[in-house]
Formats: sequence, C-alpha cells, structure tokens
Amino acid sequence: MAQAKDDSTNDNPDLLFDGADWSFKILSETYDAIERVALDDLGLNVYPNQVEIISTEQMLDAYSSFGMPLMYRHWSFGKHFAREEKSYRQGHSGLAYEIVINSNPCISYNLEDNTMPLQALVMAHAAFGHNHFFKNNYLFRQWTDADGVLDYFQYAKKFISGAEERHGLEAVEAVLDAAHAIMDQGVFRYRRAPELTTEQRQARKREIEEYRERTFNDLWRTLPDKKNAEVATEAEKEKAERRKQLRLPEENLLFFLENNSPILEGWQREILAIVRNVAQYFYPQRQTKIMNEGCATFTHHYITNALYDRGQISEGALLEILHSHSNVLFQPDFDDPRFNGLNPYAIGFAMMGDIRRICTEPTEEDHEWFPDLAGSEDWRGALKYAWANYRDESFIRQYLSPYLIRKLKLFNLTDNADDSHYTVGAIHDEQGYRKVREALANNYDPAHTDADIQVVDADLRGDRQLLLEHSVRNGIGLAEDSRARVLKHIRYLWGYEVTLSGIDHDNGKQLYRTSTIEAEDTEAAE
Amino acid sequence: MAMHHFIDRRQNPGDRSLGNRQRFIRRARAQIKKALDQSLRDRKLGDITNGEDLSIPTKGISEPRLRHSANEGRRGRVLPGNKEFVTGDHIKKPPKGGEGAGKEGSEDGEGEDEFRFTLSREEFLELFFEDLELPDLIKTDLRESPTVTYRRAGFARDGTPSNLDVMRTMRNSLGRRIALNRPDKKAVAELEARITALEDVTEPELEDRGLLDALYDELAELRRRQKIVGYIDPVDVRYRQREPVPKPNTKAVMFCLMDVSGSMGEREKDLAKRFFVLLHLFLKRRYEHIDVVFIRHTHEAQEVDEETFFYSRQSGGTVVSTALTKMMEVVNDRYPTDTWNIYAAQASDGENFSGDSQTCSALLAEQVIPVCQYYAYVEILDEREFELFGNPEAGAALWRSYREVASERENFAMKRVTKPADIYPVFRELFLPQNAGA
Repeated sequence: MAQAKDDSTNDNPDLLFDGADWSFKILSETYDAIERVALDDLGLNVYPNQVEIISTEQMLDAYSSFGMPLMYRHWSFGKHFAREEKSYRQGHSGLAYEIVINSNPCISYNLEDNTMPLQALVMAHAAFGHNHFFKNNYLFRQWTDADGVLDYFQYAKKFISGAEERHGLEAVEAVLDAAHAIMDQGVFRYRRAPELTTEQRQARKREIEEYRERTFNDLWRTLPDKKNAEVATEAEKEKAERRKQLRLPEENLLFFLENNSPILEGWQREILAIVRNVAQYFYPQRQTKIMNEGCATFTHHYITNALYDRGQISEGALLEILHSHSNVLFQPDFDDPRFNGLNPYAIGFAMMGDIRRICTEPTEEDHEWFPDLAGSEDWRGALKYAWANYRDESFIRQYLSPYLIRKLKLFNLTDNADDSHYTVGAIHDEQGYRKVREALANNYDPAHTDADIQVVDADLRGDRQLLLEHSVRNGIGLAEDSRARVLKHIRYLWGYEVTLSGIDHDNGKQLYRTSTIEAEDTEAAE
Repeated sequence: MAMHHFIDRRQNPGDRSLGNRQRFIRRARAQIKKALDQSLRDRKLGDITNGEDLSIPTKGISEPRLRHSANEGRRGRVLPGNKEFVTGDHIKKPPKGGEGAGKEGSEDGEGEDEFRFTLSREEFLELFFEDLELPDLIKTDLRESPTVTYRRAGFARDGTPSNLDVMRTMRNSLGRRIALNRPDKKAVAELEARITALEDVTEPELEDRGLLDALYDELAELRRRQKIVGYIDPVDVRYRQREPVPKPNTKAVMFCLMDVSGSMGEREKDLAKRFFVLLHLFLKRRYEHIDVVFIRHTHEAQEVDEETFFYSRQSGGTVVSTALTKMMEVVNDRYPTDTWNIYAAQASDGENFSGDSQTCSALLAEQVIPVCQYYAYVEILDEREFELFGNPEAGAALWRSYREVASERENFAMKRVTKPADIYPVFRELFLPQNAGA
C-alpha cells in the first residue's frame, strides 16, 4: 500500500508527499497511487511506462528536434534550440513540464525542476492520459508502430550520421533540407503506410529495385518514328500507361521521389524514406491535438482530484496542481491581446468534461442532440469510446454541444480575402450551433488545413519534367515566397524541372502555375 | 518497489545538442561572419571575448514549406468570447500587417527578418580567428582562460589522499591518544608477557590464579580502550590546502597608435581594429590588468577614447612622430616602467610628412622601444599598392626608416597587410613559446 515517507511528520499518514522536493522513492510511490486510479477507477489501458528525468538543457534539446530526443542531427534543430534557449533564458517562455513519446514502452520525459506536485500532475497527464490515447486511438493504431519506433529512430540516427561520414555533411544536409521542405507532403493520408519491419523493408527494397529497372528501361527506349496522328494517340496511351506504372496521381511526394527520382543514389533515397517515416509517425498527432491534450488533461485532473479525495495529496499540493492546470487551460477571448488562436488544451478539456456532464446530468437539449449519450451514466465508457474512434475533426463534428458553444461563446466568422470586412456567419444561438460546429470541425480537417498537392505526371521519356498539381479549395493558394523555394528543393531531388499548377477544386480552372524553368523561359523569350 | 519505472537521465552527456549547434553555425557561417564583422566594429576591444548576441537575416536559414497563403481565399474561422455580435454583422478588418484573426504562416518564426541568438565565447573566437589564420597552437592558447597557479594555504580537514599531510595528521593523532589515555602497544605487550609467564606456571598458587584473572580483565579493558580510541581518527586527518592564485599578477598597458588622416578609410580602420584586438587578446591572457591607451594622429597627436579613436575623422597632414612623442608623454606621466609592461601597436597607411620619418626611427630606437616589451607596426595597403611594394625593401620613407629599426631590435615587428590573414605574422615573435615569459 501507499505509505507516507518514513520520517513523516505531517498529521496525515496517508499523504504520498509533503512539500516540493521529490525523490525517486516518492515518485515511485506516487506513480503507484496514480496507476491505481488510472487502471482501477478510470479503467485506462496503457503501455508499460518508462519515466525519465531530464535536465532543462535536455528538454530544450528534445523539443527543438520535433519533440523527439532520439532525432538525427540537422542544423535546423540547432537553430530551433538557439531560439528556444534564448526565449527561455530571457523568461519569455516557460518550459514544457514533460514530453511523451508514442512508443511501447511509453517513454515520458519529466523535467528535473518540477516540484513534486507537478511531477504527480505530469505523470498522470503523460504516463496515463497520453499513453492511453496513443495505445487506443485508431489513427495511432493504424499508422504508427509503437513497438518499433524507438529502434527505428535509433536506426535513422545512425544511418544519417553514417551517411555524413561517407558522403560529407553538406551532401547529407542538402538532401535533408529538401526532404524537410516537403515533409508536409510526405505522408499517406488515405492508405496504410508501408510496414517498417526489417524483412518487409528488404522485400520492398528488392521490389523497388526491380521496379526501378523497369522504369529505367522506359527511360532509354527511343521513340519509334511514327506518323503524327499515331504519335498523338500513342502519346495519350503511353501517358496513361506511364501514370499507371508510376502509380499516379501520388499524394506522397517524398514516397514518389524516393522511388522514382532518376538521379538519387541509394543512400539519398533512404534519407527520403527516413524523413517520410518521421513525418508519417507524427501525422496522427497533428490530427489529434485537441483530443490528445483533452484526454491527458481530463485524466490528470480526474486523478489528482481523486488522490486528494483519498487524502493522498495535501490541499497545498492540489492547489499548486490546479494553478498549473488553469495556466495551461487559459483561453483568452478573441479580442484579448493575448489571444493566439484556440487553445487545444482548453477546448479538449472542456469537451471531455462536457461528455461526462451529458452522461450524468443531461438537459432536455442534450437528450435531443445526443440521444444515445444523454443520461447513460457510463461517462467512462463514453469517453474511452470517443478517444479510441475519433480525430479532432470528427470528434468536434460529433460531440461539440450547444451547451459548450454557449459557454465558450463561440462564433463563426467568414473571412473572404477580397472583402474589407469579416462577416459573422453564426453565433451561439439555435440557428448557429450546427454551423459553428461544422466550421470548427473544418478548421481541424487536414483536407482543409493542408495544401492538397499531388504528383500528376512525370514524362520520363521527354523532358522528364515533374508535374505537380495543387487542388485549390476556397481560393486559398500557397504563400508565394516559400513556394518557389520549395520547388527548387523538389527539383534538387528530382534532378529535372518541376512545375506546380494550382487548379481550382470546384471548376477545374488553372489559378496559377509556377515552375523552376520559368527563369530560363523568360531568358529564351528574349 | 516499482523503481524500474524511472530512469535518471540527467547525468547523460549534456552536449547532445552540440552536433546540431555546430551544424547550425556551419550553415549560417556566411551570415554569422557578416554580423560578427559588424559587431567587431561596434564593440570595445575589451569586450571582444565575451559571448556575443548576434542578429542574422533569416534568409538562408529559413525552412520553406508549402503553406497556405494567409491573404487570399475564403475561410471560416471560429473564435471564442463573442460579446455583441449577431449573425450577419460585418466587422471591419484591421489594417494589413496587423494582428489578423489567425496566425498562419509565422509559427516557425518564418516571416521575421532577423534571427537573434547568442554566440558563445568559444564560437566567437573560433570565427574571429578564422580570418586571421592563426596557427592551431596559438588558437588554443588564446582561447584559454587566464591560467592560475596553486599556492599553499594552510591545512584543511578534507581533501584528496594525495594531499594528505602525514606529519600534521600524526601529531594530532598522538595528542589525542595521549589525552584520551589510549593504551600503547608496549603496555599491551608487557601485560601479555606477564600473563604468558603466569600461564606457564604448571601449578599456580591460589593467589597467582586471582592475579591472572585480574590480568585477563585488565588486558580485555586495554584492548577495549584501544578499540574505542582509534589509532588514527578522522578528526586527526589534515590535508595540505592549496588555493588558486591567478598567475599573471602584473599589469600591462597597451598603446594603440593610429593615423586617422583622410586616407585611412573604413576598410583600413577595420583591419587596424583586428590588429589591435589580437594584441589585446594576447595581453588579456597574460596580464590580469590591462589598460588601453588610444592615440590618434594627423599632423598632431591626441589621446582619445575608443569611440573617437575608431570612428571620428580628422583632416590634416600626417606627422607620425607626434604620436610617438605623445605616447612617451603618457608613459612618463602615468605608466612607470617598473610596474607596467608596455606594449604598443601602430597602424598607418604608410604616409608621412617628408623628413619626419627619420625623426620617427630615432624616437623609436632611442626612447620608445627601450621601454616597450613589444612594438608592432602594420602598414595597411590596398591590393594594388601591395603588389607595387612586393619587395619589403621598397616602400615609402616611413617604411624604410622603420626597417632600419627592425633590423636592430628584436622586440620590434613590422608588416604590410591587405587582409586579415596578414596580421598574425606581425605578432609571430610575441606568440612564440620561448617568449612565453615576456
């Protein structure tokens, strides 16, 4: 059973700790108490935990490298570190209390400077909240391999430092820079990522080799001399055939270049594969910010309160925990100078709490909106179901209640860039609920937030130009300065010219066209 | 106990981020150098070696991604905290460039023009040395913080075994043993001998038997006392104490002499500054206290502050000897040679009033150099002039008369420079290991 410290002098012998200082013994006993609430009361299902205590510098380092302490080396992480460090030393920003990795065992990193109450909060938050979410949410189950991920990152790090030794820092840096530039376009959104186990990797490699040979043959075959009409239809046919062979259209640019670039060497392709796998690994997290933080925040809030109710933590400790809790959940209004978008912790926590409320104290309205949920009493089951089967977009679409919309006074603003004004599209009233909910869900839908860019053609026989197409929704194009620079990076990986066209999603009209050959074109025209 | 849940990583090597840092510095090298050159101009000689806050343009270290443009298309935003809006209201947009309602585009610091970060002293010197092309040995030498020597400073109760002072420890031990009446080896041996003698008696008298028992008790008591009063107790142990004393406990004054007439432009002054900085770095390593005196001259010389020295311009002719005279005035006035080590560095473009050069070499040979540890002269030329004067024999009057001095004096060095890499050889003598005690 949980025991108080041996030299306990406080009145309550059940207290797990007293004061700010922590030791590994206290951590361990507190962990056990938290685990009991998490498993026996909440019924969470988690990977085994490994909690690591790290220093400030190590924490800064970790979140400069995509929040992944095992990341390979790249100058951009050094840049982020320099910025984070400066802003931290100047007191502009605090440090995260923890970082957690979606892996089995689930590794969470706690900052050594945390007081004991904070360590308790962090353990409940990361080692149980996030951990449960990672293990159960469908996106993570489907897209990431928790058992293999640590080995994979280790492998990636080694591969990249090996490549640096063999091919030089600059050569590796050039490939990484280019790959990072299209990382957002380096994920599979609609089909399963290739498995990462060694055998399968090798099998795939062989397959890729053979496949490459096939397409390379194509490359060198010369066009037979034919009549123009025939050539035209032949060209059409070939294009279709070519697209079929290259499996176009392809949304995953990194995957496409890795397998089809005519100029990359084996090690360069492997670097693309690594960056692609890193991107894919983080892709579910990008789609579940609200839910993941909501789940973790709800969990730590429930557990720390339960510990207090059981007399295991003092009122002072609980107050400290609540203080940090409400700092994290702070949501300024839109007209507050501190406003910086919706806080995923705030929305997530509010929605989790709301589901519990709907289950246990439903109103008329809830019965109408959530007939299956309202009054079901089993809020634990309801939350776990939601955590397992939704991502932010669908979660909001399904669960955002009129009650919460009123409470947060959410309103929908239509922002048309051509207008000099915004239009209020909906507010927290009977006519507005569905519209607000719809609009908020869209804001978390990758189909709306990420640019939809696909490889549509690569004429390996002709000028080998790579054609990309951006399906433009709602008239939102790409930021121009970075667009040209990213194309240069793609050109570096492809070896030949690259052209990107923006096509209106609704009417198929071409809205813009930008190419790496444009500069030469204008020169030629003169 | 479920201790296996926890791993203490704090002791892991702390420089894990170093690799990324080095890659970043390498990547941004060109911009950092540029910023550094600027800051070299702006900083005071004495501040050079502290860490440096740098600001470099984000171009070149940005990480472009394909992102949605923030200022086109139609968006549906959702915001919290509605107060008075009703559906259909129009709200005027804030002027362009204002906060806006979202935060697209700039989450990565992208879009800011400047990237600010802090360069460590190490990194700063590394980059500073790069242009100067210093030999590696000297780089390490300069990078070192001032050396310290250790001086005996009494005794301490704790220390490393190698510093154990046996005499002192044993003296304490003896005193304590006497005070606490610890039985010595001899007493125990005597008692044991008496016991053995009695035990040897085959048929002991009753009286002897009683005595033997008493002796046994006495021996047990002695042994017990020996045990509780140790031969050496932790309280006896003394270690020799040493305390660090900064080695260069002397003072140096550095004279910076520069021609500031119109012909010394931005480039010339920039090179001169590097020359002065290098000497200052050298002195800083060797001396605890350094004064710097700035003397500028045209046809007349003045002692000025650093700011004026590097940045203000003066018009007038060029009479180099005035600077030397001024320097001697200052030396005689404030820096007696018995307490100050005097170093001088002179930069000029080589022009001088005709006839003055002879005066200069006489002044140098007879007055200045005798009081100086080292006198270094650089003549800053542009590339064209440099080619013209490819031969060290050739040169203007000043150069020729200085050559005469140089051939006679060991602690005088002179060099023509057109770029930073030319500067170091002027000091080569100074940095030679055998001169370490200069």
